[in-house]
Amino acid sequence: MPTIAATRAKAAHLRAQFEAAGAVPVETPVLQPAAALLDLYGEDIRGRAYVTSDALRGEQMLRPDFTVPVVQMHMEHGATPARYTYAGAVFRRQEDDPDRPNEYWQAGYEVFDGQDPAAADAEVFCLMRDALQGLNLRAATGDIGLLMAAVAGLRTTAPRKAALARHIWRPRRFRALLDRFSGRTPMPASRRALLAADDPMHGAPPLLGLRSRAEIEARIAALREDAAAAPISAEEVALIDAILEVRETAPNALEHLRDIAVDLPAIERAVERLRTRMGALAARGVDVDALDFEASYGRASMEYYDGFVFGFYAEGRPDLPPVASGGRYDALTRVLGRGAEIPAVGGVIRPGLMLELEGAR
Amino acid sequence: MTVKLGVPSKGRLMEKTFQWFGARGIGLSRAGSDREYAGAVDGIDGVELVLLSAGEIPRELEAGRIHLGVTGTDLVREKLARWEQSVAEVTEMGFGQADLIIAVPGAWVDVNTLDDLDAAAAAFRARHGFRLRIATKYHRLVRDFLRSHGVADYQLVDSQGATEGTIRNETAEAVADITSTGETLRANHLKLLEDGLILRSQATLFRARRAPAEDGERATLAALLNKLGVD
Repeated sequence: MPTIAATRAKAAHLRAQFEAAGAVPVETPVLQPAAALLDLYGEDIRGRAYVTSDALRGEQMLRPDFTVPVVQMHMEHGATPARYTYAGAVFRRQEDDPDRPNEYWQAGYEVFDGQDPAAADAEVFCLMRDALQGLNLRAATGDIGLLMAAVAGLRTTAPRKAALARHIWRPRRFRALLDRFSGRTPMPASRRALLAADDPMHGAPPLLGLRSRAEIEARIAALREDAAAAPISAEEVALIDAILEVRETAPNALEHLRDIAVDLPAIERAVERLRTRMGALAARGVDVDALDFEASYGRASMEYYDGFVFGFYAEGRPDLPPVASGGRYDALTRVLGRGAEIPAVGGVIRPGLMLELEGAR
Repeated sequence: MTVKLGVPSKGRLMEKTFQWFGARGIGLSRAGSDREYAGAVDGIDGVELVLLSAGEIPRELEAGRIHLGVTGTDLVREKLARWEQSVAEVTEMGFGQADLIIAVPGAWVDVNTLDDLDAAAAAFRARHGFRLRIATKYHRLVRDFLRSHGVADYQLVDSQGATEGTIRNETAEAVADITSTGETLRANHLKLLEDGLILRSQATLFRARRAPAEDGERATLAALLNKLGVD
């Protein structure tokens, strides 16, 4: 295990590299108000972050990452375009794996610039790649925007699309919903009985709690509408599956996705973005022909990436988390900016892991 | 040194445990007055009875401060990370059966499955501006269960007792709690979700994997387990 002093020095070195690339160094408090993080990530964040509290400020969290406070800071008083860099410890609660540290360092780089998203994606990816040179890491890339575009383009009802979009980042529930909406799994008997009843509330126990009768009736009406709607066609489900299965080198993936786009024109713009990004990466010297692309990459991670996603992994060390990771998170700025939205992309490196790998060589 | 046996210090769980050991030739009893948390063991030498709250027994086992302990599977799984590494199940004891379940108001005729709960939670959040609250004391088990099933837009609120009452009091919309017969749920106008069973629990004799033991203690432990018929 590298010492804290060595990790700190490595992190400072990375930050200096990012500064040289044009970023302004920023600091954020270690203690973050819990409300914004909870609002964003939901209850899951409690399993991953340390929560503490006092009578005056209520719940606080030890920062689990820098992205959220940096975005908040930028939305409050930053002028776009902007580039930021930071280095410091983050804290992650570990409940299952004692080998995973609960405190480790990150050095990061965030770009708020809507001028040329493909160029900004490539800029972040290449900065990380250059900083990691010599470590012989494998780069994984993906694009959550493809699946989001495919869902938005389904020929089905708006509530179904909204339900699927809400669970893009929860593959298991996404699949369950898709199976339900396409008629692949039958309706549960209890729901069939509910929809068949003339007065579904008849004989029910007295209502208690905050959720009102009107809310229950509204959901029943929504279920009735859903039951009356045609199932999502098997063809469209097959197209979603085809997208999720794309896993090959970037040029092959692009070809494959273009084929899919013939039957699913809704993803055309997302595929075009991928093509433009590949051009931007190639312009910066990335060997795009050998770059891995996986359409479902990044789906099960923190739920704010909504476009390009990437990670750098140590070959032969599946026990280690990615040494660097990042992606585009326009949606996060929309949530935190209360309406205001700024295209944003960023990435972080774990200097401690770099040192560990350098030491092992 | 003695083999330390941790047993719940009060209530039905203690009485049932005493009966279970008694039926197997090991007499357990509380020494002195009812207020004293000291106990006596008959029928075997070298075993010490340690009376503890059932909720403390998992941690005492994990730390190796007791060699054997009686508590519910639910408590072991809630309180110990990677519980299989610190404790081993010796035997289920056939009482204290309880299921950790998710329940919602019976009047929610539109909510019968986790799928429904997730959809209702999304609508609830949009309408009320905060996430649907589930009252529980089993935070880790419930959170892991709901995450693995992809349920979103809920929050857990802590409730250490009278959990069923939280909905009536409007401090929660749903509950995740232990039930043995469902009677309390029905009395409170609540119902189970069809696929909301998180864990089946019962009183179980656990052995600490990390408790220090010399030859004498190992022999005593083997004799005790032999006598209990669970070796």
